[in-house]
Amino acid sequence: MGEKLKKQFDPAATLQDIENKFEMFQILNEEGKIVNEDAVPDLSDEELIELMTRMVYTRILDQRSISLNRQGRLGFYAPTAGQEASQLASHYALEKDDWILPGYRDVPQIVFHGLPLWKAFLFSRGHFVGNQIPEGVNVLPPQIIIGAQYVQTAGVALGIKKRGTADVAVTYTGDGGSSQGDFYEGINFAGAFKAPAIFIVQNNQFAISTPREVQTAAKTIAQKGIAAGIPSVLVDGMDPLAVYVATRDARERAVKGEGPSLIETMCYRYGPHTMSGDDPTRYRTTDIDNEWAAKDPIVRFRIYLEGKGLWNEQKETEVIEQAKEEIKAAIKKADETPKQKVTDLISNMFEEKPYNLQEQYEIFEAKESK
Amino acid sequence: MAQMTMIQAITDALRCELKDDENVLVFGEDVGVNGGVFRATENLQKEFGVDRVFDTPLAESGIGGLAVGLSLTGYRPVPEIQFFGFVFEVMDSISGQLARYRYRTGNTYNMPVTIRSPFGGGVHTPEMHSDSLEGLMAQQPGLKVVIPSTPYDAKGLLISSIRDNDPVIFLEHLKLYRSVKEEVPEESYTIPLGKADVKREGKDLSIFAYGLMVHESLKAAAELEKEGYSVEVVDLRTIQPLDIETIIASVEKTNRAIVVQEAQKQAGVAANIVAEITERAILSLEAPVLRVAAPDTIYPFPQAENIWLPNYKDILETAKKVLTF
Repeated sequence: MGEKLKKQFDPAATLQDIENKFEMFQILNEEGKIVNEDAVPDLSDEELIELMTRMVYTRILDQRSISLNRQGRLGFYAPTAGQEASQLASHYALEKDDWILPGYRDVPQIVFHGLPLWKAFLFSRGHFVGNQIPEGVNVLPPQIIIGAQYVQTAGVALGIKKRGTADVAVTYTGDGGSSQGDFYEGINFAGAFKAPAIFIVQNNQFAISTPREVQTAAKTIAQKGIAAGIPSVLVDGMDPLAVYVATRDARERAVKGEGPSLIETMCYRYGPHTMSGDDPTRYRTTDIDNEWAAKDPIVRFRIYLEGKGLWNEQKETEVIEQAKEEIKAAIKKADETPKQKVTDLISNMFEEKPYNLQEQYEIFEAKESK
Repeated sequence: MAQMTMIQAITDALRCELKDDENVLVFGEDVGVNGGVFRATENLQKEFGVDRVFDTPLAESGIGGLAVGLSLTGYRPVPEIQFFGFVFEVMDSISGQLARYRYRTGNTYNMPVTIRSPFGGGVHTPEMHSDSLEGLMAQQPGLKVVIPSTPYDAKGLLISSIRDNDPVIFLEHLKLYRSVKEEVPEESYTIPLGKADVKREGKDLSIFAYGLMVHESLKAAAELEKEGYSVEVVDLRTIQPLDIETIIASVEKTNRAIVVQEAQKQAGVAANIVAEITERAILSLEAPVLRVAAPDTIYPFPQAENIWLPNYKDILETAKKVLTF
């Protein structure tokens, strides 16, 4: 029986064939050299400098956030170092009215999309004002339930399609998130509705401690898009140019009405899963850390831009100083935000308070006025 | 006015709202060409187009996510969960997401979503098609839970639910879809959420019920009348939030009460009403407030439904205990 089938259609060979086709897309290698001249994006000098500025800024923001967390001045924080190309270059390919549905590590993208930094700090501290999104900024607060943002992205993208605007909905999860049912439902719904969505899986190799190999038998996460019938690509997530091009390409298809895409960015988080007690030495070796440190996105982009005469130490120092100043000012503004009251929380439940909340509001109002 | 069954009244409500507000979208499994497995969306796709009334892939969590995403882009989604027993597949979208959006964004975003779904026992379905899971919903802060018992109420309550700017779970008892017919206005009208309806006035005992159990309670009340008892039947219509004023006013009048639910006794709604009465009106009570509910098992196999589901005889028995206490 098996042989007969094989003659007509060989399932194992077909799988291998598809998997082998998912080569990693790269433009700028770890030495900062262009390895794929044809694919180099048409970015102006100013745009290249801006992208580098954002990546350096985010690295400093990460370092400061970790230190503020250790001082007890920030709360929940998921480190981002190592993922700057994956996060900022994909975001750089978006337009202002595009929607972003972030995971909890994707704070830099929503900050550069318009969420004030002091609000991001309030989110970290656990204050609702941090999640009050300014009018006209199309982002959601970071999602905590892994994968929930994927099904919602299908919905936002369908809404965009129905409105007929030239926008897209972009979402992020990690390699672990690609195991969730919502991951499949999200990409499948968006595909079935041909909705303008971009699904990005930042494969940073570990879901907390669980390595990527444990998540799935699939050789790549990118190939999972094939099953949903949507274009998918595997990208070097440490290469800002490749990430930018892949996202821009997906965006162009989406606004042309060609439906959603899946992008897997191969990257690494240098730090722990979060600052809430995770110890990466329990599940990662120094060798793996070093291997990925050698691929650093900022290092290779710096070499590339210095070669073009667009970047130097002085410029980088300026960005670092600016980042530090802005972080300081944002922390100060976060400190000045009035404390939350239970009456605030009660008021944010419904448009109109039902009897139970009305009674509880009155009780807490009396307590709070003492 | 036309005579309508509850299912017709529901279709009519959806039609009114689709006509009235271009942001209203109706979607779910088989709601398009097929008009829903119970025909709640009969002809709506034909009338309003595939852009407004559409089939989704078969995945409840995806349907919930779609509702969240469409709300964010300014729509007013009315998704159908084909049977409420399938709600477990969409619990995160409901409890983890829809119910929390206004709160977690400090009033920046709201979710004007009405999830419609059939539920309730007595029609010999396979597993997971008949469970009364409204207690789970009623215990989730951020949701309103509406359960009509008549065609007239179904239409007015559904229109109010769709117009509400917060998420509403709208549950339709399977056995009531076609068993009751009454006059229902063809034009649009609303019945406020959170308002109970005194279906029958009385002065010796209050029966609080919702859904199919309203009809069983009315039957019991009629029997009790023959024995000389004057029984009030209050249809809660919304189980979250409760119409606490009507409930307490009724207890203060009759001084005796029972609460009836089709769900298992441990399943919450009736217990909450008893607690509210105890906290607010204990000095008015002449007897303990008792509950009529199903036993605390998993929903029964179809051939055991008749002996498991509460009915008017159970209500009579409990009512007498309270009346003669």
